[in-house]
Amino acid sequence: MPTEFPDHSDALAKLVGEPSGPVELSPEAVNSAMIRHWVEAMGDRNPVYLDREAARAAGYRDVIAPQTMLQAWIMKGLRHTLDLEAARAAGTVASNDANSTMMALFDDEGRTSVVATNCDQSYVRPLYLGDRLLVRSSIEAISDPKQTGLGHGRFATSLMEFFAVSNEVAERGVSAEELVSQAELVGTMRFRILKFRPGTGATAVVAKPPRPRPAITEDNAFYFEGLRAGELRIQHCTDCGTLRHPPLPGCGTCTSLNWDYVVSEGKGELYSMVVNHYPQVPAFDYPLPIGLIELDEGTRLVANLEGDPESWAIGQRATAEIRALDDELSLPFFHHDDTQED
Amino acid sequence: MTSHAFAGKVAIAGIGATEFSKKSGRSELRLAVEAVKAALDDAGIHPSEVQGTVTYGTDTNPDVDIARSLGFDDLTFFSRIYFGGGAACGTIQQAALAVNSGVADVVVCYRAFNERSGNRFGAGVQGRAPIANAENAHLASYIPVGLLTPAQWVAMAAARYLYSTGATSEDFGRVAVADRKHAATNPKAWFYQQPITLEEHQASRWIVEPLHLLDCCQETDGGQAIVVTSVERARDLRQDVVIVDAAVQGSAKGQDMMTSYYRDDLCGLPEMGVVARQLWETSGLKPSDIDAAILYDHFTPYVLYQLEELGFCGKGEAKDFVKDGRIELGGELPINTHGGQLGEAYLHGMNGIAEGVRLLRGQSYNQVEGAEKVLVTAGTGVPTSGLILGKDV
Repeated sequence: MPTEFPDHSDALAKLVGEPSGPVELSPEAVNSAMIRHWVEAMGDRNPVYLDREAARAAGYRDVIAPQTMLQAWIMKGLRHTLDLEAARAAGTVASNDANSTMMALFDDEGRTSVVATNCDQSYVRPLYLGDRLLVRSSIEAISDPKQTGLGHGRFATSLMEFFAVSNEVAERGVSAEELVSQAELVGTMRFRILKFRPGTGATAVVAKPPRPRPAITEDNAFYFEGLRAGELRIQHCTDCGTLRHPPLPGCGTCTSLNWDYVVSEGKGELYSMVVNHYPQVPAFDYPLPIGLIELDEGTRLVANLEGDPESWAIGQRATAEIRALDDELSLPFFHHDDTQED
Repeated sequence: MTSHAFAGKVAIAGIGATEFSKKSGRSELRLAVEAVKAALDDAGIHPSEVQGTVTYGTDTNPDVDIARSLGFDDLTFFSRIYFGGGAACGTIQQAALAVNSGVADVVVCYRAFNERSGNRFGAGVQGRAPIANAENAHLASYIPVGLLTPAQWVAMAAARYLYSTGATSEDFGRVAVADRKHAATNPKAWFYQQPITLEEHQASRWIVEPLHLLDCCQETDGGQAIVVTSVERARDLRQDVVIVDAAVQGSAKGQDMMTSYYRDDLCGLPEMGVVARQLWETSGLKPSDIDAAILYDHFTPYVLYQLEELGFCGKGEAKDFVKDGRIELGGELPINTHGGQLGEAYLHGMNGIAEGVRLLRGQSYNQVEGAEKVLVTAGTGVPTSGLILGKDV
């Protein structure tokens, strides 16, 4: 059970509406080089982003930036982010803005894991070459604690308001805060995250992947079909009567290619066995005992053994129980045969 | 059976290998090219003289890529042998057949892979797409059950062997101890200067009962090549001549790939019996003529099986044969003097052939003094192959 965590609801409520940090000015104006990279990467062939004639034909005064680039214009790049992270870790930058405070409170509540859940953008007007963007961010909402599939957490929504000024205005040396007051709102973005306590969600137990599938050919299909029908089938030569397993197209005893099958009683003797420890494949539980069972009909087969591996020894009697693992695959599992002692 | 036509007329003229590592940092093809070049240099044969190539069906390095990399001229023979490590000595047989029949004068056999840093055989076949063909259908009996790795396939037979013969895990361990003892004095071996004790073998963790970690060979990045030509030609070359006295393949009734669980018993390797029968009959030699043996050792149990199938001891007697240092240097039958695949490197058996050659040239780090006949085997549990190599006299 997780330890007791403090509840910072009151302190968090005070942060709602606060600016997340200072207003930021985009490093450069909207430009065709970045647009070209974006549309190439996205595979967006709409000509209005690069071709002035096409843009005009579509009713714009010039080429426009793809609307979804809204946030891209103010991003400062990976190096900046890494440097900032390093500086924070070293304690050389203050992290007392509202966003940092909120994150620290979440962490203190034990909500150290994070996942981005939503990102919604709305656009007021298209962005044209030469527009210089400003962004003002604030904390719009912090939810009450909620039990989610991922864990016990809170949702936090950041509101980012994007403004545009012309490049000339931006270059006048006025502060970003002051520029915003004379700028035009061009779009908004709401970014929602979930901060949660790791290991407290419904998905904390990862579903076991299904067992790897057998390759089915015309030669062995009857065997796996039989298992799905609840039958352990053994191939039978209709000319000389020899039983054989694993399935093959021909009879090694008489060379006949004619065959059908008999249904085994599913009883036999453990001829050999192993207990698998490594490597551990996620579809199976380990230690994994596997037996080579000599059926009373005379053929052998490899199958899983039930129960404690230590309870099994070569020579013991075993009985098959056919179980469906899923819609596609059924297999025989052998358990100790209690009805017969030898 | 009489002697094979090539017996005594074909020689191994060159051997060459890369270093043996856990991460080569080079492509598998580069390893193959390096090994082939080293083997040709060892022989003193120019690449343009190579007329034939042989490799494994599982090797990823096309002969033509090696040919282009090293400037080979026209090739008149190119062959591949399937069944994993069972191919090892079979490559030499293919080369011998080609050389002796006049199809190709110089044939290079090679095997190279990044088996540790790349595709690890020990990881298992659970990721194999269930495409409908016979090779995959063979695995259908084992994949859904979780019997997925070579260690697990061998362990199923080994458990029955212990039950039937009264051998113990310690008897398997004695093979590992001998191999690691030899590797400890072979600077090329991955486990150079790292011998183990039987206690360490017993204390190593289970991989798949009844096999401990130290029953299982390591995984390796590396390449090994062998140059085969006529005895006549070899006598004019750089190295002492090593003669192919016998080179044979064997697959036996009820044969399966790694999972021959449906024969009368699981205490033999009948395919190695087929190899043994031919080795003795075509060479005219007998077990007591053999000075050292390189026995395929991906997993220790099958070394015991091989000692029995090859006639070095009787059925069920290998557990006694491996005792008292008999298989170690100075013993009655030193095995795997390079350290084997457990100690030197897992090169699908190809490095064992090279060690056989070194023993006959007097170049082994663990030289068996006066060695004149060395027996080499290939992968076990699969259709396999074997060699008897002899000193030129």
